[in-house]
Amino acid sequence: MLRRNSLLWNPLDDLQRQMGRLFDDLGFRVATELGGAATFPAINVWEDQQSVMIEAEVPGVRREDVEITTAGDELVIKGSRERHDGAERTYQRRERGVGEFSRVVTLPCRVDPEHVDATLRDGVLTVRLTKSPEALPRKITVRTN
Amino acid sequence: MTTHDNNNACCAQDVKPERVQAGRTYVPFVDIVETPEELLLLADMPGVSSEGVDVRYERGELTIRGTVKPRQEAGTRYLRREYGVGDFHRAFTIGEGIDAEKIEAELKDGVLTLHLPKVRALRPRKIAVKPT
Repeated sequence: MLRRNSLLWNPLDDLQRQMGRLFDDLGFRVATELGGAATFPAINVWEDQQSVMIEAEVPGVRREDVEITTAGDELVIKGSRERHDGAERTYQRRERGVGEFSRVVTLPCRVDPEHVDATLRDGVLTVRLTKSPEALPRKITVRTN
Repeated sequence: MTTHDNNNACCAQDVKPERVQAGRTYVPFVDIVETPEELLLLADMPGVSSEGVDVRYERGELTIRGTVKPRQEAGTRYLRREYGVGDFHRAFTIGEGIDAEKIEAELKDGVLTLHLPKVRALRPRKIAVKPT
């Protein structure tokens, strides 16, 4: 079987991810400001033989406020979360980020841009990308002389 | 005249989490907003559907719990894993200024919104000055 490419890591991103795991181990999620932060939303990526799956937690983001685009080996998740400010509102606590976010995900292999399926349910975004035929595993027959 | 500490009466404070269930439980991010009429609590609970949410108020303690069904198989090998999937739990002590009978909850797009109305006596009132 052919060996698949691993995800390309951005060292800074990797550090943030490790910190995320550290907080995760404590049972806390990492507080991130949505505005321009590269780490929102947090993502999980996995694959099966035919597809690559990307999942992101985007609570409070409406379907019409999220945009997904693919270009080459990159997938971009863009969106925004509504701001609720008012003269008569005082925040006793503010942990949830608001505003616009954008995240670029480097895909582990080539995908078919015509076959991208995205769903948003209960604040969880799931993107299924179908691998290009050349990225599918192939069995190599060993010939005998 | 007795004075009431209004700030304290309408304040929500964290309660130390108790860990009793198996599996990992996460603390949801919350916003607590005070308006003249109520406290508004918003909690991010992605993956929780309306059947999976449980809100309780007992002896001044408000508990929110969200059950999350596993979304991937147990043995999934992640190429990248930045967050874990599990239930949500957080508890708060609520001041006496909240009318517990009238607490309302709604869940939309993975965000739980709780309306905690203030007792009438603590709401600001405009006093009309009668003409003499």
